[in-house]
Amino acid sequence: MEPKETTANIQKPEKLVITSSPHIHDTESVTKIMWIVNLTLLPAAIFSVINFGIPALVTMLLCIAGSIACEAAIQYWRKKEITVSDGSAVLTGLLLAMCLPPGIAWFVPLIGAFAAIAIAKHTMGGLGYNVFNPAHIGRAFIMASYPVAMTTWAVSRIGNNGDFAGAISKIGTLDAVTAATPLGILKQQGYDALVSSFGGQMEMYQALLIGNRGGSLGETSSILLILGGLVLIAKKYIKWQVPVAMIGTVGILTWAFGGKAGLFTGDPILHMLSGGLIIGAFFMATDMVTTPMTTKGQIIFGIGCGLITVLIRLYGGYPEGVCYSILLMNAVTPLIDRYIFPVKFGALPEPVKRS
Amino acid sequence: MFRKIKGGVHPHDEKQSTEDKKIEFMPIPQKLFVPVHQHIGQASIPVVAVGDMVKKGQLIAETADGRGTPVHAPTSGKVTELGNYPNPIYGSSLCVVIESDGLDEWQENLLTTRNYENLTPEEMIDIIFKNGIVGMGGAAFPTHIKLAPPKDRHIDTLIVNGAECEPYLTSDHRTMMEYPDDVIKGTLIAMKILGVSKCYLGIEINKPKAIALMLEKCKGTPIEVVELETRYPQGAEKMMILAITGKEVPSGKLPMDVGCVVQNVGSLKAVADAVEKNIPLIERIVTVAGKTVKDPKNVMAKLGTPFSELFKYCGGFTGKNGKLIMGGPMMGQAQVNIEAVIVKATSGIVTISEKDVDYVPERACIRCGRCIEACTMHLMPSTLSILSEKGQHQTAQTDYNLMDCVECGCCYYVCPSRRNIVHYIRQSKAKNAMVRNAIKTGSK
Repeated sequence: MEPKETTANIQKPEKLVITSSPHIHDTESVTKIMWIVNLTLLPAAIFSVINFGIPALVTMLLCIAGSIACEAAIQYWRKKEITVSDGSAVLTGLLLAMCLPPGIAWFVPLIGAFAAIAIAKHTMGGLGYNVFNPAHIGRAFIMASYPVAMTTWAVSRIGNNGDFAGAISKIGTLDAVTAATPLGILKQQGYDALVSSFGGQMEMYQALLIGNRGGSLGETSSILLILGGLVLIAKKYIKWQVPVAMIGTVGILTWAFGGKAGLFTGDPILHMLSGGLIIGAFFMATDMVTTPMTTKGQIIFGIGCGLITVLIRLYGGYPEGVCYSILLMNAVTPLIDRYIFPVKFGALPEPVKRS
Repeated sequence: MFRKIKGGVHPHDEKQSTEDKKIEFMPIPQKLFVPVHQHIGQASIPVVAVGDMVKKGQLIAETADGRGTPVHAPTSGKVTELGNYPNPIYGSSLCVVIESDGLDEWQENLLTTRNYENLTPEEMIDIIFKNGIVGMGGAAFPTHIKLAPPKDRHIDTLIVNGAECEPYLTSDHRTMMEYPDDVIKGTLIAMKILGVSKCYLGIEINKPKAIALMLEKCKGTPIEVVELETRYPQGAEKMMILAITGKEVPSGKLPMDVGCVVQNVGSLKAVADAVEKNIPLIERIVTVAGKTVKDPKNVMAKLGTPFSELFKYCGGFTGKNGKLIMGGPMMGQAQVNIEAVIVKATSGIVTISEKDVDYVPERACIRCGRCIEACTMHLMPSTLSILSEKGQHQTAQTDYNLMDCVECGCCYYVCPSRRNIVHYIRQSKAKNAMVRNAIKTGSK
């Protein structure tokens, strides 16, 4: 057929969009996922402002502003589309702030945000390509650069008495009182000193769960973080297997090897609720970009994180190891994805039944 | 008794606009553009010339290689042109243009009355072939080939596919509701041809009326009605077999390798018409639906009817169209031209309004793994799309089972980065085919 005739016959009366199938999509998007994760962190973030006052809020705002500014600047400079509105930079900033001590000097969060966004995220190619969790790279960077600032902890304003009203009334004040974190006391003074600092074992568990204790600003309130995590599980953004694998591994190993009196004398509840474990297990070890893609791979990832956390806490130099354990497992992620993938449909044929 | 399929998605089925409406017989348009290429394989060759008068049911194109199917005149009239016109599957192809004389007269001595019980399987296969029956679920695979598997394959189960898992489409549902006896007759014919005693009719539970009716009608027949969970892509052959028999078709093999043959309810109705009455496949039930269609309905339309005529019959449009799709929105083909015509594979034509078209730009994969969960073939769609992006098409095939993808589209449906993973996979498959062909021709 002559091409001339073809074009005469085939007219386009209406402009129609042509794409490959499928033509419909569900309502999820990267932007929606990121903002919902941000929202689920909000209760714990608000609690931290009550617990540590205005300095906590300032640290958070500095981290978030730093992250957004850094991302926008890099994307502007590289002449890429500026994607700060998708919430991923905000999330990185918020997570970074959550694992910093409240009231840290103003420039430290900014440096951390730069390390997180510029070094960990954009040198790799931006969202989706980063190998390491940006927030944890930011924290590790500050930890190496400002170790003293990173281990100077503010005292919980709510305190052992659960004085919420008092804490709220002092919210705008600054204080210079410092205290050690539970894991820091455990490392330096031992278990008994830790229990007595809370006034009893049950009081200690309660404080760990509710969060009226010292620590990084966002990781104190285990219960609010777990609540946020449960929302993410219900929305199917994260899989329950990952936090269970990580926290479970930490629980079992610290119970077995954490006690001074011998095997199975450790206090698993203390280890499971303290430090950055809850936020790490629910929000960092489940980060989509830097963890394996398959459920099986993610469980391996979670167990690996738990294992390294316990090694650092019990036998390492630092009181806390969640950050490094996740970063180390991030490095193994491509390897896990290379070897753990689903068995394809029809790969193991059942013997054909003859009737 | 059924096993759930693993993975898949559950889009809103959007069937309510047409599922309870009776099939309407559309008046014959003035001109029909009957493509000679309506099935997989080579195009058929026209056997009529410009100026010929044809009668309804007359042969107008016969197969070039014996693998395709013949094409028949959908109505009586005059052949005014043999020319290239829009074809919904191939963009454009040779069409026999028939100007209707308005009489719709059957060819003399064409229709007969037969009882399938007096016919041998070979005779019936021949009748099915001569009447141009193809799979009417959308793939248009010639039915006479599917019903005559090689002698070394033992077939023990016939599965009738009434799942209709695609959103919007209700043509199979209406076929079951209005022609249940024909569907059952066709099923019994197919069972006789295949020599099987076991037969299942799978229907998704979002069609309770069809299930109730078929349960009633199948009493006393060897056909067992199986209720299936509403899940896309359960209507895909391999998924259907898994859901009903629990057997996984081995990778790279066909349903007949596990002793199954799957037939769509629409095809079986056509088989019944062909075998018992000698009616060739000249018209089919088409769902016309979509948010911009004023009065969505199921229409019995002649092959070669332009989509524009169907939309006109359905009251025209209420808004601007963004996309026009032949088939369902998950696997259907987007059409360039509203003048494309109904072919044997057109189960429906669906519009997507301009504002519903997904203009969200594609982003980088964030490795969330949702596509892996949704993949019914248990592949890693995310990795396949990334490999395709990088041009590593061979790695995709050797290490990540590229060729097992059935292009059902679940991965795109769930992707938060809106990556058109299926398109990447198609590109990889095409590139690899090019390389294979180059090697083949080079070695000659």
